[in-house]
Amino acid sequence: MHIPDGFLDVKTAVATGAAAAAGVAWAAAVAQKRMPRRRVPLVGLAAGVIFAGQMLNFPVAAGTSGHLLGSVLAAVLLGPAGAVVAMTAVLIVQCLLFSDGGLTALGANILNMAIVGVLSGYAVYRLAWRFMPHRHGQVAAAAFGAWCATVLSALACALELAASGMVPARLAVPAMGMVHMAIGAGEAVITALVLAGIARSRPDLLEAAPATATAPDRRLVLGGLVLGVALALFAAPFASELPDGLEAVAEKFGFAERAATVVPAPMPDYRMPGVPWSIAATGIAGAAGTLLAFALAAGLARVLVPRQATPAPRPSAAP
Amino acid sequence: MQHHFIDRYSRLESPVHALPAGLKMAIACAMVGSVLAVPVRWWVFHAAAGMLLVCAAAASRIPAGFLLRRMLLLEPLVAGVAAMALLRSDGPRVFAAMMVRATLCLATMILLANTTPFAEILRVLRRLRLPAMLITALAMMYRYLFIVIDEAQRMRRARLARTYAPGRRRQWRLLATVVGGLFVRCTGRAERIYAAMRARGWQ
Repeated sequence: MHIPDGFLDVKTAVATGAAAAAGVAWAAAVAQKRMPRRRVPLVGLAAGVIFAGQMLNFPVAAGTSGHLLGSVLAAVLLGPAGAVVAMTAVLIVQCLLFSDGGLTALGANILNMAIVGVLSGYAVYRLAWRFMPHRHGQVAAAAFGAWCATVLSALACALELAASGMVPARLAVPAMGMVHMAIGAGEAVITALVLAGIARSRPDLLEAAPATATAPDRRLVLGGLVLGVALALFAAPFASELPDGLEAVAEKFGFAERAATVVPAPMPDYRMPGVPWSIAATGIAGAAGTLLAFALAAGLARVLVPRQATPAPRPSAAP
Repeated sequence: MQHHFIDRYSRLESPVHALPAGLKMAIACAMVGSVLAVPVRWWVFHAAAGMLLVCAAAASRIPAGFLLRRMLLLEPLVAGVAAMALLRSDGPRVFAAMMVRATLCLATMILLANTTPFAEILRVLRRLRLPAMLITALAMMYRYLFIVIDEAQRMRRARLARTYAPGRRRQWRLLATVVGGLFVRCTGRAERIYAAMRARGWQ
């Protein structure tokens, strides 16, 4: 999902750069003010762990492999502000030291993975955890948040490429969205496995209880949620028009045959048959995907976290 | 401990390495900016930029094979994004233009990374007033990245040595164990680092 140099036009690069700079400056200020001093070195070390985690590939299917993104994992372990700083550090090192992700696209990459990924994923995690206030609920909420974060980051990436005139939004949004709905499932599984492991060996490293949220926390969750929902709503129309849109573009440019080979049969199951109204169809398909991801997360957490071994943390026990 | 995969040549001695980091970063930014701004049909400019990069690479005394390997490693990622342009009506032409630009930018960034120690880059970023929190995180990350990766490799090796024919599920478990274990270990290490930093008068 790292955008290289040369794929964003000037206005998109400048706009995303400014948004990323503002977001990171704000997160760094929040972390500086609210994070205990002794946690400061942990932000850098956790960034190193996420970098290492992104280097380890896991097999997906048929010879392809995916790797961890880690934004929600970082948010659960460092808090959202610290996680934004840590993910930004990862992306800067990847850009400047490993030439992965372009210099002019650094702002866009930070915006997608460090800001949208962390804040919207964290918001989903906090809200979902509220409804399942057990340890396995926490793991399920984090896994679900990881899935949402992956999909939303991909949507943001697609919209930026489309805004640059790289590729029509009606192609980029559904393609990136669909692929990352699958990749997000992998991210959810890994996030759940890692957190379940930490819950077994060092439960004190995980946040204590959802009920201890303070006012700034609530603002953060609300902000992340608004960000995520706005992004989804903005991207949805492009996805909903997919079959018509693709055909129109194909006819206009006369590349129907070529498109058919490059984009495999434009995701026939994305639009449910028998529902004529395309907006409703997108809504239903998107909701179905989300519910499926949620079911996956909940099921995983049940399997991975034994209920008796980890009693529900009481709100009063929180520091 | 092996960490030769990361900025191994950034401490060589050469005219390119000797340039101040700030100047090199400014040149790299100007290079990337102008390569992206100038239309590809003015191919003379891009050819000149390419020649300049080749000259700089030769002057830097970094083995050409190493630079080429880095390029080849990253080029598929660029080509993957550029391939989306093939769907447009003027696809092949746009694709070629994108590949030229992206390749020149990639070469610039690879050369910058391998001729400038990261600590110098960090000093420039600090002078540019990046948030102190971010600078601390970057410095810590760079300092301990070797150790974290080394630890990850040891954990992976130890686990593989004890696992007979790891299946796909086992591999997922293995990855999660490594990442979780790294997190747990790094919290302990961070506490010790904090104590050491305080003892040396940090803040």
